[in-house]
Amino acid sequence: MSMESEARSRQTRRAWALSTPALLLLFLAAAGPLLIVLVYSFLLPGKYGNVEWGFSLDGWRGILYSRDIFDGSLKLADAHLTIFWRSVKLSLLTTIITFVVGFPTAWFIATRAPKARAMWLFLITIPFWTNLLIRTFAINEVLRNEGIVNTVLTKAGLIDAPIRMINTDFAVLVGMAYVYLPLMVLPLFAAIDRFDMKLLEAGYDLYASRMAVLRRVILPIVKPGIVAGSILVFVPSLGAYVTPRVLGGGKNMMIGNFIELQFGQGRNWPLGAALSMALLMIVMVALLVYVRAATKGSNPHG
Amino acid sequence: MKKLLGASALLLASTSLAHAAGELQLFNWGNYTSPELLEKFEKETGIKVTVTDYDSNDTALAKVEAGGHGFDLVVPSANYVPIWVEKGLLTELDRSKLPHFGNIAPQWIDVAWDKGRKYTVPWQWGSTGIAVNTSVYGGDINTSAVFLDVPEELKGKINVVPEMNDVVNLAIWYVGGEPCTEDTEVLKKARDALLAAKPDWLSMDYGATEKLSNNDWAASVNWNGSTMRARLANPAVKYGYPKEGYPLFMDSVGLLADAKNVEEAYKFIDFIMLPENAAMLSAFARYANGITGSEAFMPEDMKTAPEVVTPEEFQASGHFLPTCSPKAQEYMTAIWTELQK
Amino acid sequence: MADRNFSATRIPGFATIAVAAFVVLYLPIFTLVIYAFNAGQSIAVWEGISFHWFAKAWANEAVKSATLRSLIIAVSASAIATSVATMAALGTTRRPAFRGQTFIYVMINQPLMVPEIVTAVALLIFFGVIKQATGYQGLGYLILAHTAFCIPFAYLPIRARLEGMDLSLETAAADLYASDWQTFRFVTLPLLFPGIIAGAMLAFVISLDDVVITEFVKAGGQDTLPTYMLGQMRRAITPEVNAISTGLLALTVVLLTAFFLLTRKKG
Repeated sequence: MSMESEARSRQTRRAWALSTPALLLLFLAAAGPLLIVLVYSFLLPGKYGNVEWGFSLDGWRGILYSRDIFDGSLKLADAHLTIFWRSVKLSLLTTIITFVVGFPTAWFIATRAPKARAMWLFLITIPFWTNLLIRTFAINEVLRNEGIVNTVLTKAGLIDAPIRMINTDFAVLVGMAYVYLPLMVLPLFAAIDRFDMKLLEAGYDLYASRMAVLRRVILPIVKPGIVAGSILVFVPSLGAYVTPRVLGGGKNMMIGNFIELQFGQGRNWPLGAALSMALLMIVMVALLVYVRAATKGSNPHG
Repeated sequence: MKKLLGASALLLASTSLAHAAGELQLFNWGNYTSPELLEKFEKETGIKVTVTDYDSNDTALAKVEAGGHGFDLVVPSANYVPIWVEKGLLTELDRSKLPHFGNIAPQWIDVAWDKGRKYTVPWQWGSTGIAVNTSVYGGDINTSAVFLDVPEELKGKINVVPEMNDVVNLAIWYVGGEPCTEDTEVLKKARDALLAAKPDWLSMDYGATEKLSNNDWAASVNWNGSTMRARLANPAVKYGYPKEGYPLFMDSVGLLADAKNVEEAYKFIDFIMLPENAAMLSAFARYANGITGSEAFMPEDMKTAPEVVTPEEFQASGHFLPTCSPKAQEYMTAIWTELQK
Repeated sequence: MADRNFSATRIPGFATIAVAAFVVLYLPIFTLVIYAFNAGQSIAVWEGISFHWFAKAWANEAVKSATLRSLIIAVSASAIATSVATMAALGTTRRPAFRGQTFIYVMINQPLMVPEIVTAVALLIFFGVIKQATGYQGLGYLILAHTAFCIPFAYLPIRARLEGMDLSLETAAADLYASDWQTFRFVTLPLLFPGIIAGAMLAFVISLDDVVITEFVKAGGQDTLPTYMLGQMRRAITPEVNAISTGLLALTVVLLTAFFLLTRKKG
């Protein structure tokens, strides 16, 4: 009995030892500075930005309530809720779209002959290496009033006046799906690549239909890849900043833009800090629930 | 693995040692510094100037306040200069190192935000008004009604630049108030006007020069120099001076208290006070400067441009924005935040 | 009874979607590359072919130094992040749950969950204090910041790969009296390699791409390519930006080709 528990604790120690370098770096340049943000969320806003030392819960209250400027009364800030809802909605849609497009793409690449596979992987990697700003800008070029889509449609005689696509939620959605597609495809590919295709033949041998094979055989086994891909798309798109800024035109804010506003012209660093903490907590809860549900039933021992 | 560590340590060390003599770090608004001027400066003094951009006074302030920024010169807007001074971020200028100080036009020396020019020297100044593509809208463009009570032709096609001070004050003037007012009645009216007009706006973004030139926007609340550049690319664009009242702005160069290249900084500040160099700055961004004698060197099209030479009838409506009391500032910020949501 | 055209791996519709995805992915990029050759000033109005934007970008000192800086940071950050993430993945995957596992998992993925603007501001303040205390102002801060947010991007593909791996090979190696290290080096590592490469490439791209955090953390004169382009975009956007992107793209294609050829020889 004691041998087993000794082996177990040796394993645990080794697990920690292997993880320590990563943890150290992260504490120094990611988690640690967040403590500063946490502290700031309980302070008072400075006159011209920054903070002043003094405890206050106004930062946190400001997430859901805003003080009417002129009579000082506290009321529910439905503008805030609109922004939250827009962010969640767009991020979920982006994740779904990238999955619906990304899964077939990853599958396609993984099922090519080994020689061709390298070429396709090569092809899908290249757009990723174009800078984010440039890609967002390129989408702008496609969607603007005198952009590619409108020009083609007008020349083909299908429309009279340009369809206004830019500066809408739709534009932001297209932009985000375009930008985050890579993050869905790569983990999916890594998982599908490992998938044993013989299982498929076994499934068909047992007279299963293609849909059944897809649902019952493929998807459960590549689940880790799906989980990884979804996380890599949903979470960053929730906090996205550049894409909604460029394609939304500053009017349709998402949470990321709203937080940035507090550190800029909004001059309310504590509110920005509190919003960030709140966002973080929501995401953590969502992640825990999702990962638990996704890994339930799958054998951790492979 | 060890070799990698050694190499990277060497790399880190070398990048911090590479502090060349004869260099200057200028922190300025985007698209506001003439590259030709920098070339000329380098040729005459051997000092290489690196420009880093910001697009708002608040960002610049935050960056510098946090420390370790590495900049030497900064160019804040007029109403922010007292804030920079109050926070001790700017050094008083040593006049003995600025032999051409006398070139500053007299009306720009005793300005409200820096009496006697103890901390700053003029960079460029201009106004905020309304730029309209007259082939889309032919009505009166010299009024804030263009963006606060949007005409049919411009609905969904007009942009409002996200500059709090400019926009909120234009609205305050429109409803009959004065900037920096603490009168809640006036402020309420201004806020309501802005919120009512917002659904008719296309966006609240920068980049007017480009977007007016390529017809992405039919109109925008915009600065005069940027509008002139747009007009040169797209002749239908005209600049409107809101007769209810419009803000004038001036940006000035200040020396940061923790600047490393102080001597080089003084050389640069002195350099831009020479008329031909000030004219170079103006020729690039298309804004007027505050140096006497520079008119002789200005490009022809600026001498008659309606954006730069304000027509008689609108001159009285332009005012510099004062630095507001914290209370007034709070009100404006609250209105702005509500608007931005 | 086997249908001769039946392929077990073919799922109807998938190929169409995949190819369509490729086309859509490349369309904006083609536009980008084409306009890099625009003789005119605009990025949207075509005025004939010219190479002058490339010449301009090539002569531009700021572009060259920004590019070099971006590459240095990206290489360093992805190398460190991938190594560290591989170790962490090995430590946290395929084990029975141990104490603190969720904590480690959360810590590693935390950069993904926090909006960049928040990390950017936090780092601005934090590094600002350190800069004033130590006087060091070099690239170290940027490399450190980039490494940190690259870790989760390297970690996730490696972990996904690891989880899907068949343990029986490693068990077989152990049965054959291979030591832990030998098993790792000759069995686990080669099997894990595609995951590690995917992780490294992802980390590299993420670092190269970063705008928000770099914008806040950088000191004067430390522009990376994205922050330089951001600056250009606030001004008049000219095809110079297209030219730079095309150049970078060309470089990438060359590198990736070399990489794929190399790995094919080994395989």
